[in-house]
This record gives sequence, C-alpha cells and structure tokens, in this order.
Amino acid sequence: MISVYYAGLLADVGILLLGALSVYIILATGQLSLGNAGFMGIGAYLTSYLTVVVGVPITLALILAAAASGIVGTVVGFPALRLKGIYLAIATLGFGEMVRSFFLNFDTMGGSGGFHGMKHISVGYIWAWAAGILILVVLLERSRVWLEMRAVHDDETAAGLVGLNPTTIKVGAFSFGAAVAAISGGLFAHHHVYIEPGNFGFERSIDFVLAVILGGSTVGPGALVGSFLLVLLPEYLRFLADWRLAAFGVLLIGMLLVRRQGILDRSLFNALAFRRAS
Amino acid sequence: MNAAQSEALLSLRGIGKTFGGVRALSDVSIDVFPRQIVGVIGPNGAGKTSLFNVITGAYRASAGEVVLDGRAVTQEPSHRIARAGISRTFQNIRLFAGMTVWEHLIVAQPHRESQLRRLLPIRWADPQTLRRAQEVLEFFELEDVKNRLARSLPYGIQRKVEMARAVTARPKLLLLDEPVAGMNHEEADAIRRLLFRLRDSGLSILLIEHDMSFVMTLCDYLYVLDFGIMIAKGRSEEVRTNPVVLDAYLGRSA
Amino acid sequence: MLLQQLVNGLTLGAVYTLIALSFSLVMGILGVLNLAIAELFMLGGFFGFAVIAAQLPLPLAILAGMVGAALVAVIVEKIGYQPLRDAPVVTPMLSTLGFSIIFQNVATNIWGSDPLQLTDEVLATRFTLGPVSISAMQITVLGATVMLVALLAFVVQRTSIGRALRAVAENRDVARLLGVSADRVTLLAFMLSGALAGAAGVLIGLHYAAITPYIGVEIGLKAIAVMVIGGTTRIWGALVAGPLIGIAEVMTVAYGGSQVRDFVVYGFMIVILLLRPQGILGGSGADQGQRV
Repeated sequence: MISVYYAGLLADVGILLLGALSVYIILATGQLSLGNAGFMGIGAYLTSYLTVVVGVPITLALILAAAASGIVGTVVGFPALRLKGIYLAIATLGFGEMVRSFFLNFDTMGGSGGFHGMKHISVGYIWAWAAGILILVVLLERSRVWLEMRAVHDDETAAGLVGLNPTTIKVGAFSFGAAVAAISGGLFAHHHVYIEPGNFGFERSIDFVLAVILGGSTVGPGALVGSFLLVLLPEYLRFLADWRLAAFGVLLIGMLLVRRQGILDRSLFNALAFRRAS
Repeated sequence: MNAAQSEALLSLRGIGKTFGGVRALSDVSIDVFPRQIVGVIGPNGAGKTSLFNVITGAYRASAGEVVLDGRAVTQEPSHRIARAGISRTFQNIRLFAGMTVWEHLIVAQPHRESQLRRLLPIRWADPQTLRRAQEVLEFFELEDVKNRLARSLPYGIQRKVEMARAVTARPKLLLLDEPVAGMNHEEADAIRRLLFRLRDSGLSILLIEHDMSFVMTLCDYLYVLDFGIMIAKGRSEEVRTNPVVLDAYLGRSA
Repeated sequence: MLLQQLVNGLTLGAVYTLIALSFSLVMGILGVLNLAIAELFMLGGFFGFAVIAAQLPLPLAILAGMVGAALVAVIVEKIGYQPLRDAPVVTPMLSTLGFSIIFQNVATNIWGSDPLQLTDEVLATRFTLGPVSISAMQITVLGATVMLVALLAFVVQRTSIGRALRAVAENRDVARLLGVSADRVTLLAFMLSGALAGAAGVLIGLHYAAITPYIGVEIGLKAIAVMVIGGTTRIWGALVAGPLIGIAEVMTVAYGGSQVRDFVVYGFMIVILLLRPQGILGGSGADQGQRV
C-alpha cells in the first residue's frame, strides 16, 4: 500500500503521539514532567519481557505494562505534589535518568547491550492504539474531570476552595500519563524489535515536550500536530538534514516568543471542528 | 456553652496565628449566625485576610478552633472545608484563567453523579448540576457572558463571576474579601442589594471591607480587629461611635 | 587506592562545582533554570581546545572558553530570557532548552560527533605524594577552580556589581526601587554563569584530554543535581556538593560499577528535593528561599 519508508515514518508519529499525550495529560494539571521517557522505558521493557519471555500476546502485554506503569506513576505522583514548577521539572528529569540508569544495569533484560526478540507489529496496529487514545483524550477533555484538572492547573488554591482535591487530580494525571507513555514504549519496542536504555533518555523526554509545546499545549490534538511536525518536517526540509535539530530549537524559541500556546489552541480547534460540522 | 452560642453557624474560638515571630492573630473569637451578615473591619494589616485564611484552611491556626455547624473543622484541608459549606472570594480576584463563566459554575459544584459519568462530556452531566449553574447565572445576570472567558471581562463583572462561583455549591457561609474594592457608588449599591438577596435565600455572610458606608448599611454585626486583636464588637451603630475604634483608625492615617 | 579515588573525585567535583555555581547564579537570582548552561559548558571546552590547538598558552585557553561562553550567554539572555521574563519561569526554561538543542547541533556540525582529542601530552607530569599520584593537569583543574571561585566570591561579596546581584536575588522589585537596573543585572548574571560554565568546559576537556558535543548532557545535567543537593538558592552550597558528588560518583564507579552511577546521584538529588529542599548548606526548614 504505502512504501515501507513512509510506513516507518507514520509509525514514528504514532509512537511519538502517545509520548506527547503523556506529557500533555500531566501538563493539564500544571505539572511539567521532563522524565516521561522513563515511563516509556518501563513500558518498553515490561511489554517486551511479557511477550518474549512469558509469551503473552502483545495487546494484553501492553495493557498490563500500562497498568504497572500507572502504578509507578502514582508512586511518583505523590512526592511530586510537594514540588512545584522548575523543582518538579528537575525531579522528573532525575526520575527519567534514574530509570535509564536502572535499565543500563538490569542485565536480565540485556543491560547496556539491549534487548531483542520482539515480534514486529504493523503501522496499523500502532495507530489503532494511538488514534484510540487520542480520541479518548479528546472526549475526556470535554468532561467534568478534565475541567477539574484545568482548575487545578489555573489556580490550585482557588480549586481547593471550591471543593476540589488537588491531590487526587494531580496524582491521577501522573498515573494516567505514565500509562500512556508505557504504551508508547511497548509499541516502540515491538516496532523497532530492539531496545536499549539509551532509547529512553533525556532526549526522548524532550521530544515529547517539544511535540506538545510546538503542536499545542492546551488541546489534545496539539500533540498530534506536534508529532507530525517533529517527524515530517525534516523530511520536507531535506536541505536541513544535519541542521534539523537546530531548526527545532529555533522553532521552539520562536513559538515561545510568538505563540506560546503552540500551533493548535482551543479556539483554533473549535473553529476547525465547527467548520467541518457545518 | 450557652444556648446562643450553640446556634451559631460559624464559631471562631480563641483563634491565634503566628508566623515565625510575628503574631498575626491573637485570641480572636467571632460568631456568625444563620442568615446574618457580619463584617470584620479594621485598619490595614489588622489580620483580617489572615483570619479568612485560617477559616478556609489555607493557614493552620496556631491556637483556637473553627467550628462550623457544631463540627470542629480547624485541621481540615481546604477542599473539605469548602465541601462542608464555606466559600470565599479574594481581594485580588482569583478566577480560573482558561475557563468561561459557565465552566466556573460547573466546576464549583459538588459531585452528584458517579465517577464514571464525570468522565463524559459536560452536557451529559447530572441535570441538577446544569440547572443550578443556569440558576446562578440568571441570579447574577451573567447570561450574556456565559461563554466568554472570565478573565477577559470587565473588573466589575469578574467580581460577580467570583461571587457566583462561590455561591454555586450552596454554601452555608460566604466569606467575602473586600467585595466592593474599586467600585463606584452605584456598583457597590448593586452588590449590596445582591448580598441582601443572598442572605434572604438562606446564606450567611462574613465580609471584610474598608468602605465604611457600605459596611454600616449592610452588616448586622461588626467585629473590629487591630494588630490581630479584637478591639471592639457590636451592632454597627455602637461600633461606629466607639472611641477605641475611632482611635485605631485615626491614629493610623494612610 | 581509596585516596587516589578521592583525588580523582575531587577533580571531577571541582568541575561540578563550577557548573553548579553557574546554574545556581541564574536560578538563585532569577528563579530560572538555564538549561543552555550545559551546552555553554560544552562550547567553552571547544573554544578552549581551539586555542590550545593554535599552540597558545593554557591560561589563554581558559580565558577563551570563558569569554566565548559568556558572549554566547548574552545571546541566550537577549532572545531567550528578556522577552519572556514576565512569563511563568518554566517558559524561559523551555526557551533555554531550545538554545541548548541548537548549540549541540551546531557543535556537532562544526566539530563532528567524535571526541576531539588533545594531541600533545599537556601537563602530563605526575607528582607522587605518598600513596597518591596526582597529575599536573589535576592540580591545574583544582587550582583554576579555587581561583575562579575566589574571584566569584570577591565579585559577589565585595563589589557593587555583586551587591546589585544580591539585591535582585533578594527582592527584584525592591532592588528596582533602590535604583538597581534589573535588566543590566540579569545580563550580568547570565554572562557570569556563562563564563563559569565555559571555564569548566575547558577544564573538563583538559582532564579527560578530549571533548565531545555530548558532554553537556552527560556532565552538565548532573551539575543540576549538584546544585540541588548543595542548595538551589544558596550558591555556595555548590562548593560542598560538588566535591561530595564528584567523590561519590568516582567511588560508585570504582566499587559498584559505572552503570549505577547516575542512579545514585539522581536518587540522592530527589531525596534532597523531597526531604531537605534547602539543600545541604541551606538554612533551617523555615528559611526555604523560593519554592517556585
């Protein structure tokens, strides 16, 4: 149908989309996490272990890994409550590095040598998950639970004073985000059929954040825009080649200066969605 | 404990609050009865906002207790106190930056539906929630700005939105921190009429305000704080002519 | 053997101290985490190496690293911080992240991803003091660090510039009322922190006799942990935390294996963030400084 090359790119977009959504979900409560690659790594390794060593079918393995990662997310989410802004970002950065370091040392799953043996999955399967979770998030954004997340994001004190419990909301978001990142990891592992700890380091966490900040940090589909941008822009700007990373750096700085909310925001999204409906 | 005290909706008994070496509040006792409008006045820095913060749980009292409807809520976290029936507004308005007026009125309401149902789009929320939001919207005459971003509205309307948000969950007690600051005579008048209507609908109000004429024509009872200590209390007419009170205000010009 | 590791740890620790001070200056005064510092550190190293390759003396190389990095820091301040200074602090932090991405890409393109090595055996003479052998290089690194720290201390404590820096760190608005130009001060803070990072870059390059575009991420990020452990808003905490972490790292590698190294350092950082956020050298719990 489509060439192997483009299929690969599309797969990368789908995987990045899930990672970006994981950052977006947590960011919706006002918490910036620079360590979601850690949750991705947990998902990647756990899923791979389940399919390769235990023999569990991929879909079940993904669900189990997501649940386990969600629990880790809860464990991380509680101490995270005590930190705000930059300190939280620093702590999540540390968490991500700790997870990477852990897998470097975890010889059962290959340590620094990496792990392989996973069965390859198709682009279609990846997008079944990616699209499904994106739609889920878009629906959730119109819910009361999400409204409460936004309240905690906008003014945590005022949110408490209208009866919202910031603890459940913030920890819950961490948990949900961790689960989504884990799925990204599991899909990554089974698409590339080889993983190593270096795949899940700071640079990966930054990719997620970049996709959200550039694509749009106030609506779920922003992560979709950002993911396409990050994967496809280098393809269309071939002359950039060696300079594509720098280009994204420039894009990030420019976006923060000119349109802080990113490309897609709520009003633009509503306008587009409305136009299609009428 | 005499019969009158046991009827009080809110009872502050011997509230003290110390920050490091600074004593913000000292042995403050206040009673607010059902359907009463009580004012807390005093010069700047008297500790009035600190008092509100203690009541709502933002500050933990160093001494004393806060009793709501017979139940001590002194150590409870803010959101539990809010759900118990105390709402407040802020001196410098604290609205939710990204939300419309309507969204403010939805998010402030108690959970009536199941956890699962709350994951569905808002228009499928419990009809009581939607009805109540509409009711509050109409009471405060905010229908025209229902879907506008609250932060983008004129100052006076923002104040109404904040009050509307505070009232939506049908609190027993409403704390207002300088509700008419920066308003002209007409606007303050409109607020006063609004507050009377709220009182008549069953709410008690405790407010901090500097505008003396507003306070005198609105409040049933007044407490006067200076340097964190209660220096006078009584009906408006009594307090107005109290020499201790006059001294506290005049002795501290600007 | 233990003492030898101690010396090696101190050398690494000295570099950490400089970078941590660099982070701390900007963080303490502006509340912003300048992620570009990791790459200013890297760039300084390359600038210094260029000078050494031109057969120029070592002090000049260190100066080149400092000046070069300070100038690049000006660009970061003007474009990445100034326009965003009224935004929540996370925003300028993300902007500096953008810069660090750019710098690393630029360095990789100019100098390649393979390590750039020192061709001559610079300062390779080793001195033996009892059970310990220390190279002239390590002495240089330690000595240079001590001098730079002393210089910084002098500037901060005894000059009017330093007074202005401390005033803005204490309270920006009050400082402005007192006639301190906050804009000038932030530019200065960025330049000073750039200079420190640049110096550290040259020194680490000398220590390892090689430099790559990736040392920013490898070592620079860990300096954030050092800053936190020393106490984010008390910049001198870096003096204690730097050697501490340097030694701990070297020990962990020697006795536990290099793979757990990062786990231990970042783990310690998180523990400090949660249990003693003011850091090792911070005051009592109540005197916490900013918790952004």
